[in-house]
Amino acid sequence: MSPIVKLLAQRIALSLLLLLLISIVIFAGTIVLPGDVAQSILGQSATPEALANLRAELGVNDPPVQRYFAWLFGAMQGDLGTALTSGQDIAQALSSRFWNTLFLAFWAAVVAVPLAIFLGLLAVRFKDRWPDKMISAVTLASISIPEFLIGYVLMYFIAVKLRWFPSVAMVNDNMGLFEKLNAIALPIAVLTLVVLAHMMRMTRAAILNVMQSAYIETAELKGLNAFQVIYRHAFPNAIAPIVNVVMLNLAYLVVGVVVIEVVFVYPGMGQYLVDHVSKRDVPVVQACGLIFAAVYIGLNMIADIVAILSNPRLRHPK
Amino acid sequence: MKNIPISALIGLFFTALYFLGAIFAPLLAPYGVGEVVGDVWEPSSADYLLGTDNIGRDLLSRMIYGGRTTIFIATAATVLSFTLGSVLGFFAAVMGGWIDQALSRFVDLVMSIPTLIFALVVLSVAPVTIPMLILVMGLLDATRVYRLARAVAVDIEVMDYVEAARLRGEKTAWIIFREILPNALSPLIAEMGLRFIFAVLFVSTLSFLGLGVQPPEADWGGIVKENKEGIVYGIPAALIPAFAIATLAISVNLVADWVLNRTTSLKGGRG
Repeated sequence: MSPIVKLLAQRIALSLLLLLLISIVIFAGTIVLPGDVAQSILGQSATPEALANLRAELGVNDPPVQRYFAWLFGAMQGDLGTALTSGQDIAQALSSRFWNTLFLAFWAAVVAVPLAIFLGLLAVRFKDRWPDKMISAVTLASISIPEFLIGYVLMYFIAVKLRWFPSVAMVNDNMGLFEKLNAIALPIAVLTLVVLAHMMRMTRAAILNVMQSAYIETAELKGLNAFQVIYRHAFPNAIAPIVNVVMLNLAYLVVGVVVIEVVFVYPGMGQYLVDHVSKRDVPVVQACGLIFAAVYIGLNMIADIVAILSNPRLRHPK
Repeated sequence: MKNIPISALIGLFFTALYFLGAIFAPLLAPYGVGEVVGDVWEPSSADYLLGTDNIGRDLLSRMIYGGRTTIFIATAATVLSFTLGSVLGFFAAVMGGWIDQALSRFVDLVMSIPTLIFALVVLSVAPVTIPMLILVMGLLDATRVYRLARAVAVDIEVMDYVEAARLRGEKTAWIIFREILPNALSPLIAEMGLRFIFAVLFVSTLSFLGLGVQPPEADWGGIVKENKEGIVYGIPAALIPAFAIATLAISVNLVADWVLNRTTSLKGGRG
């Protein structure tokens, strides 16, 4: 077996192990904590009978290990249980919301990734001059404001004052692609701003790091022009760190949508999660937590896999 | 004190201003925190400098008291995460071996779950009170501090003076607090600024989602939540906390940048 296949297999196995451990943490996190779930759902005034009934329904009386495995095997077969508050099937309620969330995150990525890489290159090209300084000032500002506030600032000025785009992002299945994109224009803009700063800074650092290495100096000294230096020598070496940055930020994006969905009343998974945290609907929270964690780990894994694949030392073993 | 750059001075000034505002909130606020004094969403006037909020409370007073809550929670969570994270990080670096492995792998595990998602899962069961918020935020953030503290301490741990202290027969606690801590302080303090901002943003986000500070207590995230309906009618009350959070965060950032630059320039880094 070539070393690269072995490395990839190891990395994938690690992710699966991680996911398993996380499912334990998420499950344990909701049992070990102080506070009786039944009590917090029904409130202080609940009768002992109602509490006992709910406990039986939740299966709180079974040993935790047994409950964990029942939950885990159910989740693997796509059965996420039923919501306590509405009695709805969670998997069914989540499926359309999951695609909505991915739709939003996908289009945000389509806008943010090329823009961040372009601005990162611009910052390198004009290092320490005004474009670079201006870009870093804007990024400092944008990481200093929480995303929900960026959301409201944009909503106030662009949707309410200028009336360019709708202030709430309502989408449904009957809308065409263009209508949908128009509806989610503002959330996309906010998410782009949120990840742009970080992605750009890291792109800038990755390229600067490569540009300072000895082989770039050699390439310059042997008389290659700037384009050839970047294309032949800098780019192949910078691709791994850049892809890494992009993937890390996509993972961040998937989590960032949670808050943005609440701001723009977007029917996605994040809004569903937040809704049910305040209703203390534990099965829904566990299911959403598991899915978000899985997406997050999956994107991190892809980042590592691309890094392995793009490393020439691993692709061409001696 | 002469060599402080102007940006860091501005940062220090505003950071101090916010902290003083938080400490002396009852003296500064013109009205009580829950006192209904006027009409709903009155514009700013001589009586109400920032106008009134969604049920007619003075917005300036609520901002001042809210800043107090936000800054208090963020500070407490930062102190908790720093004490726990740095002590455990140093401990792991000094002990090495399986203790280091066990702690580091556990931290990796916790860090592989997005912080917000983890906090939401915990808060769906735990009672949402201020001590609980501080505990959850502090513990989750301690993993980040642990990483940094361990990385810094591993470099220091191989220094001759640590070796000398070992040979002298000093105990682990001495090595951690008397040898490593003083030498690791600068990067840790810079990190502390960033962690503090993160805590401010985090507690604001939780309150905005209705899962942080509970009414009638005020905090910056909660003020946004209470006044968000006004946005659609063109009432900018919900944007005022944005300004406060952003200026506080930028000020602390400027100070942290300066502390960090000072330490790297001491080491004589290239470029």
